[in-house]
Amino acid sequence: MGAVVDLDAALFEGLCRLGDSTLVLGHRVSEWCGQAPVLEEDIALANVALDLIGQTQMWLGLAGEVEGRERTSDTLAYHRDVWDFRNLLLVERPNGDFGHTLMRQFLFDAWHQPMLAGLAQSRDTRVAEIAVKAGKEVAYHLERSADLVIRLGDGSGESHARMQAALDTLWPYTGEMMVPDATDAALAEAGIMPDLNGLRTTWDALVQDVLAEATLTIPESGFMHKGGKQGQHSEHLGHMLATMQFLPRAYPDATW
Amino acid sequence: MVNTAQIWEWLAEVPDPEIPVISVTELGIVRDVALEGDAVVVTVTPTYSGCPATAAINFEIERALREKGVANVRMQQRLSPPWTTDWLTDAARDKLRAYGIAPPVDGTGATGVVAGRVKRLTGAALIVACPRCGSEHTQKVSQHGSTPCKAAYQCRDCLEPFDYFKCI
Repeated sequence: MGAVVDLDAALFEGLCRLGDSTLVLGHRVSEWCGQAPVLEEDIALANVALDLIGQTQMWLGLAGEVEGRERTSDTLAYHRDVWDFRNLLLVERPNGDFGHTLMRQFLFDAWHQPMLAGLAQSRDTRVAEIAVKAGKEVAYHLERSADLVIRLGDGSGESHARMQAALDTLWPYTGEMMVPDATDAALAEAGIMPDLNGLRTTWDALVQDVLAEATLTIPESGFMHKGGKQGQHSEHLGHMLATMQFLPRAYPDATW
Repeated sequence: MVNTAQIWEWLAEVPDPEIPVISVTELGIVRDVALEGDAVVVTVTPTYSGCPATAAINFEIERALREKGVANVRMQQRLSPPWTTDWLTDAARDKLRAYGIAPPVDGTGATGVVAGRVKRLTGAALIVACPRCGSEHTQKVSQHGSTPCKAAYQCRDCLEPFDYFKCI
């Protein structure tokens, strides 16, 4: 009995980690809307943001269902504060320049795609169905971000320098994605979510391959930030939420 | 009493809100029509998870059925199996082309297997014929176009930009 309750709590936590990461990255990417360097990239960024927000509705919708306290995806997105968010630290990093945004996207996509492939094998069919759906979209995200990281890394002196600076800044935020805690371990053992350790080989191979092609150098320092998955965030997330949550908090009964 | 075959016929007249030359049934997103008591239950699958047209599509379907006199309509969402462009009918592909949108080239969707094929990423392995002049001398401008389901292309012969309905 106790074990069943614990597993549901772990699943709620795991679903929030997925949904909060897609939500926060989706919102960050949407901040580019109308401001990207070229029109085509503006549209591409908006489309990627849209996919991520759509996936958020599915993950957080299921999280609310699993929790059983009548919270919807909207309630979870708009009525929780920073410490309740479970997103990866990488995705709350500010956009910086266009290259910085793309590097963040690539480092996330390279994890997101194999993560969804693992989730598609989940014993929980609800999780598997969402992962299969999202996986098809994320395959396109990964192709685009990898392609652009290569073009800009192996581009002009200016674009190369900017991509290297982005990589140097963002690299210490990547470790968290592949280090399981007790929640991740419980979900992996139950066959609901993949073993995060197992994603590292795929992620390493892909990232090394793309960055080498992009003529970029992976930083030597092994230091990695962590805490996002447990609700310990950088100062950036609160500022983002203040903007993102303003309307539903100021006008709680507003309808579309 | 209305039967499901009749409802399918009515649904075949409901246009997609963003690509009005094809219907919601030609797009392949209506997965099931069932009668439950006096209710008509229509099951729809989303194209892309965040596609804003999904809500509009549900609204249009409900409205069309009410206009035909069905008082009790219930909309249901189904995620699995996920929508694929393979479900676009041949007739729909011709209509897309005539409308100026290149139809999907089946079997060319992104697979996510990028490692090992990195060098080919920037290459143009996929040939998309221009829907206006038929030339295969075209180039991808951006992987994303005016809606989530499309990519932006340009014809290098007639120089016209066009949308490509990408394979998923």
